[in-house]
Amino acid sequence: MDHQDEPTGRGGVETFDARSPSRRRFLKSMGVSGLAAATAPAWTQIAQASQASPEPVEPQQDGAPAEGEQQITLTVNGQQHVLNVVPNAVLLDVLRLRLGLTGTKKGCDHGQCGACTLHVNGVAVNACLSLAVSHDGDEITTVEGLASGDALHPLQQAFWEHDAYQCGYCTSGQLMSAAAVLNNPDIDSSDAALREALSGNICRCGAYKNILAAVQDARGRMEGSS
Amino acid sequence: MRAFDYSRADSAERAIASHRDGAQASYLAGGTTLLDLVKLDVMQPSRVVDINRLGLDRIETLDDGRVRIGALVTNTALASDERIKRDYAVLSEALMSGATTQLRNKATTAGNVMQRVRCPYFRDGVSACNKREPGSGCAAIGGFNRSVHAVLGTSEHCIAMHPSDMCVAMAAIGATVNVEGPNGSRDIDFLDFHLLPGDDPAREHALEADELITHVTLDAPIGGSRSGYLKLRDRASYQFALASSAVIVAVEGGTIRDARIALGGVGTKPWRAREAEQSLIGQPAGERSFQRAAELALQGAVPYRQNAYKIPLGKQAVVRNLTTLTA
Ligand SMILES: Cc1cc2nc3c(=O)[nH]c(=O)nc-3n(C[C@H](O)[C@H](O)[C@H](O)COP(=O)(O)OP(=O)(O)OC[C@H]3O[C@@H](n4cnc5c(N)ncnc54)[C@H](O)[C@@H]3O)c2cc1C
Ligand code: SF4
Ligand code: FES
Ligand code: FES
Repeated sequence: MDHQDEPTGRGGVETFDARSPSRRRFLKSMGVSGLAAATAPAWTQIAQASQASPEPVEPQQDGAPAEGEQQITLTVNGQQHVLNVVPNAVLLDVLRLRLGLTGTKKGCDHGQCGACTLHVNGVAVNACLSLAVSHDGDEITTVEGLASGDALHPLQQAFWEHDAYQCGYCTSGQLMSAAAVLNNPDIDSSDAALREALSGNICRCGAYKNILAAVQDARGRMEGSS
Repeated sequence: MRAFDYSRADSAERAIASHRDGAQASYLAGGTTLLDLVKLDVMQPSRVVDINRLGLDRIETLDDGRVRIGALVTNTALASDERIKRDYAVLSEALMSGATTQLRNKATTAGNVMQRVRCPYFRDGVSACNKREPGSGCAAIGGFNRSVHAVLGTSEHCIAMHPSDMCVAMAAIGATVNVEGPNGSRDIDFLDFHLLPGDDPAREHALEADELITHVTLDAPIGGSRSGYLKLRDRASYQFALASSAVIVAVEGGTIRDARIALGGVGTKPWRAREAEQSLIGQPAGERSFQRAAELALQGAVPYRQNAYKIPLGKQAVVRNLTTLTA
């Protein structure tokens, strides 16, 4: 398979970061809970720092599109961006490279692993098989938009407590799939239904057991709070 | 991914005109087949015509009892529609057995009908493959052909199975593909839509140049019937069928009044088994009749190096589905 990396030049999107690249940002992008679980003191410090609210992504406002580009408006985690993109720019790449929202992961780039799962207008989809131009006007929620301020989403809290990951690479996709599943009245609350509904999120570390426990726990918390 | 130009159409006419303009144009629905294969450079459009905003996303019951599904209705929306779950359980089950939650949320009805084969030699972009590169040969015939290759409807030029679950249910139900093109609209019987590979595996369906699928219309449901989809695969979820069966059956007083059977995973197209159906009508609903139907359903099957198991597995898919539905 052709695992083309982040596209460059004519064929893709320009690399531009809305926020200054920093080690902290990189660590943060690995997920708040992943770091908090680490035990070394140096990491604890970073982990604490990373529990602060994420730095907001600055709203992007591109000027007139160059030839061959199209101007689109994306509302990402409540923030509106006006972006010029080439037709073959993939939504996943635009979020990661243009907006610096690297929480959404690229695993297979072919719809097979679920690492790139995010919500478009509230529906979970694979961002790697989505053209950015095709989402003009849409509302996107990524894992960065799951917490509200400093308060972790019940799913994030439950993943942390249940150690529902090992390397953490699949975690944001798992969280976004689970968030959609818990909002879907068509999916019953049995373990079997949950496993089936989440089967599009592959975990190479095999954390499935803890993921399932975390999602069921979060379901309880969310029902308890509503 | 290769560069292409992009246009979004707001009507079927505009979409067709825009498709006609582009030298190598592809319609874009959910993109789960198209973008996958463009990334692999197996599909090479120079223009992509986005049809997501054509308003073809409704499911309607027609006066004659048929159900008309807009081309852009997602697999999720179709599977969870109350009418479909009630009157066409086989279709809802087939859809839910396919792909993953995220993919079904994107995948559309027409896109699913038009999905391409999963043969690894087709996808790798380099092997001999008559479908991708006519005349280059077929690497699958002497190569790996265990899981995504067929035993029914193959030719010496291509043995790739049709991978869709949804289409197997539609083949059993009976349906019409409604298309619109530069020369107006026409209807294609669902069973005539997908073509056998024959001498020309690159030609996969009955659409003419620039034609757009606008709807798929299901035949009216068979009164008093039960239906279901049984998919047998390497793991319990998220895998293409090794063999599957879509069965609709109506039983009265222990006797089979009507039956429809189609097979997936074993055929180069969604495989309707008419002789098997005929053999059941008027027979007692029981093991003997089911076994005979299963034999007829797999009649003429040709095994390849690694997939001979699909013949008994396909038969078993028929017998077990019938057994469950008539229990
Ligand atoms: C990882 C993975 C696993 C999968 N597993 C399964 C499975 O288990 N079972 C299964 O059945 N399927 C499976 N699929 C296939 C999936 O169902 C199809 O990719 C999907 O249905 C295609 O629909 P789409 O809307 O995304 O099509 P697109 O990718 O948008 O289009 C597909 C093709 O159809 C053409 N097209 C689209 N709409 C029209 C139209 N209205 N008129 C004419 N041409 C049109 C496009 O030009 C393109 O050539 C899987 C796919 C992936 C990626
Ligand atoms: S089976 Fe068909 S798709 Fe696969 S290599 Fe042979 S010709 Fe190509
Ligand atoms: S990166 Fe999108 S599904 Fe794997
Ligand atoms: S935690 Fe490593 S892939 Fe899931």
